[in-house]
Amino acid sequence: MRPPSPSIPEKEFVVEALKQGLRLDGRAALEMRQPTLTFGPDLGWVDCSLGKTRVLAQVEAKMVKPPPERPFEGQITIHSEISPMASSEYEQGRPSEEEVTIARMLDKIIRRSDVVDKESLCIQSGQRVWNLRLTVHFLADSGNMLDCACLAAIVALKHFRRPEVEVVGDEVVVHPPAERAPMPLSMHHAPFCLTFAYFQDTSIPAILDPSRLEQRLSAGVISIALNAQRELCVVQKAGGVPLSPTEILRIVAVSTEKSKELDRFVRERLEDDWRTRTVEVV
Amino acid sequence: MSEVVLPGEPVNAKHPNLKLGPGVLQLLAGPIISTKAGTLCHNQNRSKWWVESNSRRYIPAAQEAVVGVVVGKNGAEGFRVGIGGPHNANLDALAFEGATKRNRPNLKVVGSLLYARVSLAHKDMEPELECFDAQTRKSDGYGELKGGFVTGCSLKMCRQLLDPKHFLLPLLGSKFPLDAAIGMNGRVWVNSKELRHVIAAVRCIERVDPEGENLDEKLVNAFLDTFDI
Repeated sequence: MRPPSPSIPEKEFVVEALKQGLRLDGRAALEMRQPTLTFGPDLGWVDCSLGKTRVLAQVEAKMVKPPPERPFEGQITIHSEISPMASSEYEQGRPSEEEVTIARMLDKIIRRSDVVDKESLCIQSGQRVWNLRLTVHFLADSGNMLDCACLAAIVALKHFRRPEVEVVGDEVVVHPPAERAPMPLSMHHAPFCLTFAYFQDTSIPAILDPSRLEQRLSAGVISIALNAQRELCVVQKAGGVPLSPTEILRIVAVSTEKSKELDRFVRERLEDDWRTRTVEVV
Repeated sequence: MSEVVLPGEPVNAKHPNLKLGPGVLQLLAGPIISTKAGTLCHNQNRSKWWVESNSRRYIPAAQEAVVGVVVGKNGAEGFRVGIGGPHNANLDALAFEGATKRNRPNLKVVGSLLYARVSLAHKDMEPELECFDAQTRKSDGYGELKGGFVTGCSLKMCRQLLDPKHFLLPLLGSKFPLDAAIGMNGRVWVNSKELRHVIAAVRCIERVDPEGENLDEKLVNAFLDTFDI
């Protein structure tokens, strides 16, 4: 069933309130919802929520034989699917436009911007490399699932530890975690995605982290992915209202501040979690 | 008094003038069973029985008030209304106060909001709505909702809001004037002269929702003090 569009009173109310600088959840225009990260019992299992939007990301590693053209590189595969669990708007098996956009953005942000050092995932050249499988589950949709999914994926990769391996001659020995401490992935950087929504009425300023209703009513969104070192990774703007270069520079400046905040937050949360995990040395 | 039932459990309801509400079903042969999990309730003289539970999907039941969105026209004689249930509901164009074949309701646009009552809910048929009291043919408060804002909540929350003993609406009403229409389908329409009053009301409903933070009266009061109302 096609989702019904928001009713006229809802539309008018949101637009009128935004004109007065009010958002329904009491946020300022450029304020994002505070993310919450919950770590599971396994390493690389992260539940991230932005308000009521909730995304779960999980990383697994297994050994595979690399393709002959890339014998030194490990692989990352991303699986993301929006199930009807997120909202009754989504159907099983038929990817919506939003789902395709999210999957492509995740691919650009995580694989194409070289978040994980692929060569460090090589065990034995041409014989064995690690294959990382990142699964993203969308549990609840309350707007801006892309930013939430990106944050969950990055934190899951940071949280993940792969077992230590040793190559003795032609044999690969995998050390169980009880024997040798598992290794963190070697990561080049950690980009964060930030989404801004624009409205047809140009007197309304851009809003960060749109809720579901705001996203539905917006004339277009622009997603910016960058890391705390101020390196811009992806800018995506698929259609929507025209923007001037100064406006884009302004929101990029806003995003750099936000990504620094996010980076600090993620670090703190990972350290907190790490303290609760006792490492026993036998 | 309250008893927890699971789907399929026999319900011991006996009354000469028995009325079964949502979640209770009489099989053809006679035994009465529950069809959903929840608390079994009945009224004072044990003539009306129903099952209460919390959920997010609405299943239409006859005589319940709902807030719906017009999603399309049903030929010349009616509207299709989305009420958040598994199917869209039908609303006859003559089911309004003062509507006749010539004098049709002034409701043309897709996206209008309505406050209506479910007049027919059968498991094998699409639900039907009406915007008047069938006996008196008066609007009885039903009809188009203009302005304001609609918020979603859990089904338990709207039942609580309809309870006159619940604290939230009187509390909000003591702070600022407001109109509200509560649909049993998990949609609450709120309107007030000032936008920030509507926003305050919507945020309070969201936070009092038992599925969310389940705030009590004291905390809501403190929360309301953070607004400049």
